[in-house]
Amino acid sequence: METNALSQTVPGVRKVSRKSTLRKNVDYTLLALPALVLMIVFNFVPLPGIILAFKNYNFVAGIFGSPWVGFKNFTFIFSTNDALLALKNTLVYNAAFIITGISGSVLLAILLNEVLSRKMLKAYQTAIFLPYFLSWTIVAYIVFALLDNSKGMVNFILHGLGFSTVEWYFNPQYWFWIHVILHFWKLMGYSTLLNYAYILSVDPAYYEAASIDGASRFQMAMKITLPALRPIILINFLLALGRIFNADFGQFFLVPLESPALHDVSSVLDTYVYSALRGGADLGMGAAAGLFQSFAGFVLVLAVNFFIRYRNGRESAMF
Amino acid sequence: MISAVKKRGLRPNNWIPHSVFTLLALSCVIPMLLVVMISVSDSKSIVERGYSLFPSLWSSAAYQFIFHSPKLILNSYGTTLFVTVVGTVVGLLLTAMIAYSLSRKEYKLAGAIGFLVFFSLLFNAGLIPSYIVFTKYYSLKDTYWILILPGLISAWNVILLRTFFFDLPQEVLESASMDGCSEMRIFWQIVLPMSKPALATIGLILMLNYWNEWFRSLIYIDTESKFMLQFLLYKILLNAELMMKDSQMGLSIGTTEFPSDSARMAIAVIAAGPMMFVFPFFQKYFVRGITSGAVKG
Repeated sequence: METNALSQTVPGVRKVSRKSTLRKNVDYTLLALPALVLMIVFNFVPLPGIILAFKNYNFVAGIFGSPWVGFKNFTFIFSTNDALLALKNTLVYNAAFIITGISGSVLLAILLNEVLSRKMLKAYQTAIFLPYFLSWTIVAYIVFALLDNSKGMVNFILHGLGFSTVEWYFNPQYWFWIHVILHFWKLMGYSTLLNYAYILSVDPAYYEAASIDGASRFQMAMKITLPALRPIILINFLLALGRIFNADFGQFFLVPLESPALHDVSSVLDTYVYSALRGGADLGMGAAAGLFQSFAGFVLVLAVNFFIRYRNGRESAMF
Repeated sequence: MISAVKKRGLRPNNWIPHSVFTLLALSCVIPMLLVVMISVSDSKSIVERGYSLFPSLWSSAAYQFIFHSPKLILNSYGTTLFVTVVGTVVGLLLTAMIAYSLSRKEYKLAGAIGFLVFFSLLFNAGLIPSYIVFTKYYSLKDTYWILILPGLISAWNVILLRTFFFDLPQEVLESASMDGCSEMRIFWQIVLPMSKPALATIGLILMLNYWNEWFRSLIYIDTESKFMLQFLLYKILLNAELMMKDSQMGLSIGTTEFPSDSARMAIAVIAAGPMMFVFPFFQKYFVRGITSGAVKG
């Protein structure tokens, strides 16, 4: 700070610093350049390609040579059962993920706060964080080891207990819950920790005062911790809302092991777009579904941000 | 923090949280353990008892099979290792470079470039247009480039690291600048060494992303030898015979039959293994990152 003040008072130094400002800006640009080029090449150059959603794509003519069809791709995909099912599944799964994810992780964070032994706290955190680091491929292996029709552990246990076994990969009716449980299982470590960190920042004086007044731990959780968590719950909710048209492709593509019986319960917009790319549907329609996802997500994120800014003030908004 | 909890002066009613977390912790650890156990089970044991945590007969046949093993697995292990190392090192460097320049107040273009970075988070062309541009116009299909390049820069990482650079003690940088240090020298010799914890965090995130990557293999790679490990793993889960395909060695393992169940799981163990090693370090930084972010927000 002192050196800075000096440069403003001594005229000779200021001249040098103006020249060096230019030099610095050149250096900064050189530092930013490689990453910037990559972003332009991989994120921005493909952007004009979204016009594909308004075209009848033909590989030889390319994106720009193919004929225009206006909004026909959009009206057509949203009149097909496949796309509507994918849209419905995406929304229903995300709603279930939001409800279980937020309520579950808040509850777990409050419970984690009740664990006083430092060692156990660490052990629990480590254990429930583990699935977050596994790839969906490994998760698919785990699910297979548990649910395989003939050798899976769950069926052996069911059999041992005298229940009839289930051919999991042929029975779609269980898979809504399997997906919901898996999603929660994989992300609970992360979201619980997020809420827990927030609880730790609550001023302990509140709890002391409450305990002097004779409040029970349950009352404290309801009257102090939960209200303190409200801002982060709201932000997490709104962030999830902004992503409601996107699903985790890995979960829905890898875990069902391409079992045809499970197609209807594992089809989401992301897998729909992928199957369009793989020749299941028209490329223009796949692009239209993708653009719908991107655009609707974009609008939702902006709306959500606007809402947070309006309610909670500038600092808590994302931008 | 713990002492703050204790200060509340309450008698803990601890059995509820302990039982809930014990169950949850087991639900996370046991499935992994199950995969490990299957990988060391003898085929006979699997026929008898299915996939079990307590195999009646142990066997290392699965690992013997893999370690002499089909070129396919070694190739994709090599590919994954190569892609992960190059991607992590180069990605970390490029991320640090752009994040540092964006963190400097004197930088005139910081606003414009920062907007581009942020915009890429909010809106993208989507899978199909990107696929057509990458394959038809860049000819990146079935190359190592496509496995490495798109993953190098992530807007989240840039934003995370930029926030960290904002918090560096500016006096140190300013005085170095007054002493005639060029910005390049300040970046390489002062900023980078001062930022080891943040660089470790971003490096580990990049490493995890590259190591767990399978999607780009699915859509861009045709040659089996260029498959990333996680993707090969998925193909093997769908079709165990894939492992046998180019192995000349089905004979040399000594057992008469190929241990397909345990071998599949053994590959899963080997593929998840390295990440499980770095996981404890990772977690420490991760938790700190999440925690400070949450408390700030």
